[in-house]
Amino acid sequence: MTREHAATLIGERFGDAQVEGEHPLVVTLPVGGWVSFAQFAKDTLGCRFFAFSTAVDWKEQGLEVVARVDNLDDRVAVLMKTRLGAGVSECPSLTPVYRGADWMERECYDLFGIRFDGHPDLRRILLSDDWEGHPLLKSYAVDTPHPPYR
Amino acid sequence: MPEWLIPFVASFIVLNVVIGIVTYVTLLERKFAARMQSRVGPYRVGPHGLLQPIADAVKLMMKEDVVPTAADRPVYNLAPVVFLLPCMLIFATIPFAPGLGVADLNIGVLFFLAVSSMEIVGLFMAGWGSNNKYALLSAMRAVNQVISYDLPFIFSALVPVLLAGSLRLSEIAGAQQGLWFVFYPVIGQLAFVAFIVSTVAAENRAPFDILEAESELVAGFRVEYSGMKFALIQLGEYAHILGASFLGALLFLGAWAGPGPDWMGPIWFLVKAMLVFLLVTWVRWSFVRIRVDQILALSWKALLPATLLLLVLTSIVVVWRTNGGA
Amino acid sequence: MSVAAPASRVEIDYAGGERLTMNMGPQHPSAHGVFRAILTLEGETVVGLDAVIGYLHRCHEKLAETLTYAQYPSIASKTDYVAAMTSEFAYVLAAERIGKIEVPRRAQYLRVIAAELQRVASHLLWLGTWCMDMGGALGGGATIFLYCIRERELILDLFESLVGARLLYGFYQVGGVRYDLPAGWAQTCRQTLDVIEQRIGEYERMLEDNPFFLARAQGVGVISRELAEDLGIAGPLLRGSGVAYDLRRAEPYSSYEDFEFPVPVESSGDCFARYRVRMAEFRQALSIVRQALDGLPEGPISSRPGLKSVAQIRIPKGETYARVEGARGEVGCYLLADGSAKPYRMKWRGASFSNLAVLPHIIPGHKVADVVAIMGSVDPVFGEVDR
Repeated sequence: MTREHAATLIGERFGDAQVEGEHPLVVTLPVGGWVSFAQFAKDTLGCRFFAFSTAVDWKEQGLEVVARVDNLDDRVAVLMKTRLGAGVSECPSLTPVYRGADWMERECYDLFGIRFDGHPDLRRILLSDDWEGHPLLKSYAVDTPHPPYR
Repeated sequence: MPEWLIPFVASFIVLNVVIGIVTYVTLLERKFAARMQSRVGPYRVGPHGLLQPIADAVKLMMKEDVVPTAADRPVYNLAPVVFLLPCMLIFATIPFAPGLGVADLNIGVLFFLAVSSMEIVGLFMAGWGSNNKYALLSAMRAVNQVISYDLPFIFSALVPVLLAGSLRLSEIAGAQQGLWFVFYPVIGQLAFVAFIVSTVAAENRAPFDILEAESELVAGFRVEYSGMKFALIQLGEYAHILGASFLGALLFLGAWAGPGPDWMGPIWFLVKAMLVFLLVTWVRWSFVRIRVDQILALSWKALLPATLLLLVLTSIVVVWRTNGGA
Repeated sequence: MSVAAPASRVEIDYAGGERLTMNMGPQHPSAHGVFRAILTLEGETVVGLDAVIGYLHRCHEKLAETLTYAQYPSIASKTDYVAAMTSEFAYVLAAERIGKIEVPRRAQYLRVIAAELQRVASHLLWLGTWCMDMGGALGGGATIFLYCIRERELILDLFESLVGARLLYGFYQVGGVRYDLPAGWAQTCRQTLDVIEQRIGEYERMLEDNPFFLARAQGVGVISRELAEDLGIAGPLLRGSGVAYDLRRAEPYSSYEDFEFPVPVESSGDCFARYRVRMAEFRQALSIVRQALDGLPEGPISSRPGLKSVAQIRIPKGETYARVEGARGEVGCYLLADGSAKPYRMKWRGASFSNLAVLPHIIPGHKVADVVAIMGSVDPVFGEVDR
C-alpha cells in the first residue's frame, strides 16, 4: 500500500470525497460517508491505528470533525474531516469501528457539545457532569466567569 | 515479696521491657532501611535520632482519636486490644536466660504457636468494625493468609522440637548449648529457611504484607484507626515480630548460648533475636509484594508439603539416632 | 461521571455472586496523580472498571487559543509535567512546520539531547513509581523508587544548569532553542550518562533475578496488538505488544536520522514486556545523547532574532499535525493557524490519554493487586491525560 495507491482507491470508492496532500492524505467527506469511510480506511487501507479525533469550530460555518488514522506498516496516514454544517451538532460515531474513538469522542462531546450517534457511553469525560456549556466553542467566552466557575 | 505477687511483678517487668525494646526496634528498622536505600533515616530528634521513637509515641498519644460514623463501635474500639493481647502474651513462655522468664510451660512451643495465631481475631475485628471496604478486603485477605501460613510456621517450628525431644522452650534452648540447630546438617538449614519465610508471611511483613498493601488497600485493616488505637496496633504488630524473632533465635540459634560469663546470656539472646529481625527486615526492603493468589499458592503448593516432608524426615533421623544409629 | 457515587453496600446480584463496588482514587496512594477508578469486585477479582478522569483539566486547548506562539511553549510543558520537554517540542514543531521555519542544525541536536535526557528522567520516575505500586511504599518498592529518584536528580541537575529550571523548562522556542550549552556541561553530562548506565544494569539485576517481581509482571495485563492499534496506544506499550513503530525512526524529525539506535520490540504485550522495552530505551536514549554530544555541530541555536514582543512570531494560514515520540508515546499537536499571532485551534493528542483508555479493556479478570501493577505499567501522567 503506497500513498498514491491509497489516494486512487479512495477516489474510486468515495467519489464525493476531496483528497489533498500526501502525508497525511487529507480526505474531506460528507457526513453520510463518515463511518463507511472509516471502515474502508481500516479494512482496505490498513489504517488500524487510531491516532486522535477532535473538532474545530468554524464559527458561522459550523463545526468540523477531524480524525486521524495511521497504517503503521506502510506509513500511510489519513486525516479525515467532515463538516457538520451550520448549527448542527450531530455526527455519527466512529466507536463501532475504532474502539479508541470512545474516549476521544467523549472529550469532543464534552468540549464541543457534538452528540455522536451510536456512541455507547456518551457522557462528559473531562469536565464535571453539572458543567454548563462547551468550552472549546468559539462562542464560549474565556474572560467572563461562567455559572459553574470554581 | 509474697509468693502470689511474683507472677504479677514478673509479667509487669517483661511487658515493660518488651514495650521498650519494641519502641527501639522501630528505630533499628528505620535506620537499617535507610542504609539500604542510601539515605540517613531519623536524625533530628536526639543524637542520631535516638529519641525519635519517643517523639513518635508522644505524637500518637496527642493525636485526635477519630471514629468513623458508620463504624461498629464496640468491635472497632475493642479490636486494637484484642489484637495486642496475644502479641504480648507470647512473651510469657520465652525464657530469656536459664530460669528467667514468666512461665516456663511444659508445652511452651504449643502455647506460643496457639496464642500467636490468635492475632487474626483482632485483625478481623478491626477490618470488619471499621466499615470500610479497603479494611474489609484486607480482613478477608488476613484470614486467608494467616491460616495458610500458620501451618508451615508450626511445622517448621516443630523440627527443633523433635530434635530436642521436648516442647518446653528452656529444654530446647538447653539442647542447643553444644550444637545450634541451625547448624544441624541439612535439616537445620532447611527448617530455618522455612521458618523465616513462614514467619515473614505469618507476621504479614513485606513481601507478604497484602493486608496492609498500601498501594492497593491504602492501609488495609487499620486504615480508619488513628492516635492511640493506631499506636496499639502498631505496637502489637512489632511485638509479634519481636516475639517471632525471639522464637527463631531460641529454636535455631541456641538462645543464650555464647561466649562470656552467664550474665551475658540474655544479651546474646537479644543480639540473636535482633539478627533474625534484621533478616526479616532485609527481606522486607528488597522484594516487591506478591499477589494474594500467588501467596496462597506458595503456601499450599510449596511450603506446606515441603515442611511436612521435612518433619517426617526429621522424625526418621531422630528415631534412627535414638535407636543406636550414628 | 454520571455513574453515581459508588454504592456503600454489598450488592448481591442475580447470579448469586456478591459484588462490591470499590473506589480507587481520586485520593489513593497509587493513583499517580488524581485518577478515580470505580472497580466492581467479585471477591478479589475485578469484573468491571469505570475510569473517571478530568480532575486536572485546565483546558489547555482553549488556553492555547489565547496565547501567542511565543508564549505557549512554556505553558505546553505543563501538560506532561514529568516529561515537560516533549510537549514543548511537539508544539514548536507544529508551528515551524506551518510557518516553514528552518531550525539550525545545532539547535536540532540540542533539542535531541534535551528530549532524550528527558526520556531517561521520565522512565526513571516510571520505574520507581511502578515498583512502588507493586512493592509498596513500606517495602522493596520504595527501595527501587529511592534509587531511581537519586539518578533522576542527576538529570534534573543537568537541566537546571542548562535552563535554570528543574521541572518545567521552556527550553524550546519556535525557530530553535533558548539556551546554548554552558561551559563544561557536555563533560558533566557524559559522566552522568555513565553513572546512569551502570545503575540501570544494577536495577535490571535486582529486579529480573527476583522471582516475586517476575511473578507480578509476567503474563499480567496483556494488550494484544490488535487492541493496541485500535485504541491508538503508542510508545513503549505499542512496542511491548509487538509493533516496531517508533516515530523517531518512522518519521524522523529534528535530525533523528543522523543517529544510530535500535527500536526495542517485545511480543508478549504484558507488563514485563513493557518493562523490557523501557529498560532497552534507557540505553537507547543514553546512546543517542552520546552520539549527539559527539557530533554536535557549531553554529547558531536559533534561526529567529531574539524576542522583542510576545506577538512577534506570526505563522501563515495552515494546518498541520506534528508529533514526537515522547517517553509515553506519540505526543501530537494538531495546529490550525489563521495568520495571526495566536493559533485558531490547537488539539493535544496526549499519549497518556490514549494509553489510559486501555484500562477498561484489560483490567477485568485481574486481581485487585494487578490493577495497580497494570496502571503503573501504562505510566499515565495525569497532567497529560486531563490537559
